[in-house]
Amino acid sequence: MHPFAFLRPADTAAAVASAAQANTAQQGADMRFVAGGTTLLDLMKLNVETPARVIDINRLPLNQIEVTPDGGLKIGATVRNTDLAHHPTVQRDYAVLSQALLAGASAQLRNMATTAGNLLQRTRCVYFRDTAMPCNKREPGTGCPAITGTNRTLAVLGTSAHCIATHPSDMCVAMAALEATIHVQGPQGTRTIPVGDFHLLPGSTPHRETVLEPGDLITHVTLPPPVVGSRQVYLKLRDRASYEFALASAAVVLTVAGGHVTRVRVALGGVGTKPWRSPEAEAALVGQPAHQAHFRTAAEVALRDAKPQSENAFKIELATRCLTHALQLATA
Amino acid sequence: MRDDPQSGQSNLTCQALLRTTGGSAAAAVMAGDSMSREGAAPAAIADGANIAGAVPITLRVNGTDRPLRVDPRTTLLDCLRETLALTGTKKGCDHGQCGACTVHVNGRRVNACLTLAVMHAGDEITTIEGLGTPDALHPMQAAFLACDGYQCGYCTSGQIMSAVALLTEHCGPDDTAVKELMSGNICRCGAYANIVAAIQHVRKHP
Repeated sequence: MHPFAFLRPADTAAAVASAAQANTAQQGADMRFVAGGTTLLDLMKLNVETPARVIDINRLPLNQIEVTPDGGLKIGATVRNTDLAHHPTVQRDYAVLSQALLAGASAQLRNMATTAGNLLQRTRCVYFRDTAMPCNKREPGTGCPAITGTNRTLAVLGTSAHCIATHPSDMCVAMAALEATIHVQGPQGTRTIPVGDFHLLPGSTPHRETVLEPGDLITHVTLPPPVVGSRQVYLKLRDRASYEFALASAAVVLTVAGGHVTRVRVALGGVGTKPWRSPEAEAALVGQPAHQAHFRTAAEVALRDAKPQSENAFKIELATRCLTHALQLATA
Repeated sequence: MRDDPQSGQSNLTCQALLRTTGGSAAAAVMAGDSMSREGAAPAAIADGANIAGAVPITLRVNGTDRPLRVDPRTTLLDCLRETLALTGTKKGCDHGQCGACTVHVNGRRVNACLTLAVMHAGDEITTIEGLGTPDALHPMQAAFLACDGYQCGYCTSGQIMSAVALLTEHCGPDDTAVKELMSGNICRCGAYANIVAAIQHVRKHP
């Protein structure tokens, strides 16, 4: 691990001021905020992350869960995954989020990992994690050996000729289906970012993963008021029953009236280069009978533009069945 | 559990052993030789005075304040093992994938390998050495011994720290729920069935 200075700012403004001097907020950043540390320290040990300064935000007052005036939910940046998953309001009104969190990592990691940290979780692509290998995400311009190499777990949606790395988060998939808003405090003040606009497609710049700029600190996430009468499901398929990343996952927030779908939000995990909301699948479902044949059709629409690699074509059918089954579970 | 003859058998064995097994034999397995070595580390290592860039912190470990100087890069795991000579906590993968380094911070289990020592000034840290003593084992330590919840023993302290934390967590009554919440602790010997039996014994006979 490279040496670094450890800073513990007194307040959020001081944290932002320190981080504003960073060269970038993306790969190669010389300053990093640390909260749970479960991604950052992992990657610092691998020399994938080499910040010269690490800014501890754990003592800042960012760890509350509160109902907002409009009836939504405000989730602080450093709220631990365990606490969010078991919060009574989350379990009652945002069940898909609770299910997604509890499907991720281990009990120990969930006690450490935070809401903001999970939004910034990094890919598990083996080439990204190995500094002996080329990787456009880690070192722009060096190439993507995954495209001709080991890619069984990598993405089929949102890929480019430069990167096919999967976004690994479960929480973000649920956040996408819940239409969360990310609140950032930066050197120019505060701003909000819809979760769908927060993560970037790799394109020709896979080292840029989010819209964050130097000094930007995620302070909290808000969820809109709960959808009355909705059924929510997070279904995760993986190589082992627990403590494993998704090969495919689906988050569904579904409302049915009179046997027909009246409102639905759909997002996929494990198959995209970012948490993958599918407005196309949603459009294919609304107004249709809540029936398996329509679910399958909508799931096929969600995967319509999927591009298989040498080892991961199975993910297209797996994700299609995953979403179909999640929709069935939501109407069971 | 009672519908499963194998689990039932395992529990009977477990209970019978608990009635007949003394605590002394557990000491070597549960606490290792670390308790006797605590405090015996060379002073230059213990206070980190010669490390460039070392920062002063006080860690509260097993109820005792430990003033230290640590390189900011030092993980909580390395600090416990190398600086404080509390070697009951094990380093397995060093990347949060195996659970061998599990300790409690403010009563919650965490992977000590993925957190920095400097992040824990003022926190209450409990390691396997702080759980029980050779003469007065924690009930979970006694249950692991009685149920044969280990083979080589390398993962055992992490398993026990996780198991003790599980007692206070949201966990359903059946074995499946226990297995799910213990999935962050890998045992290459494959002692899982007996680990689950030990945990279920403690849960049913608190």
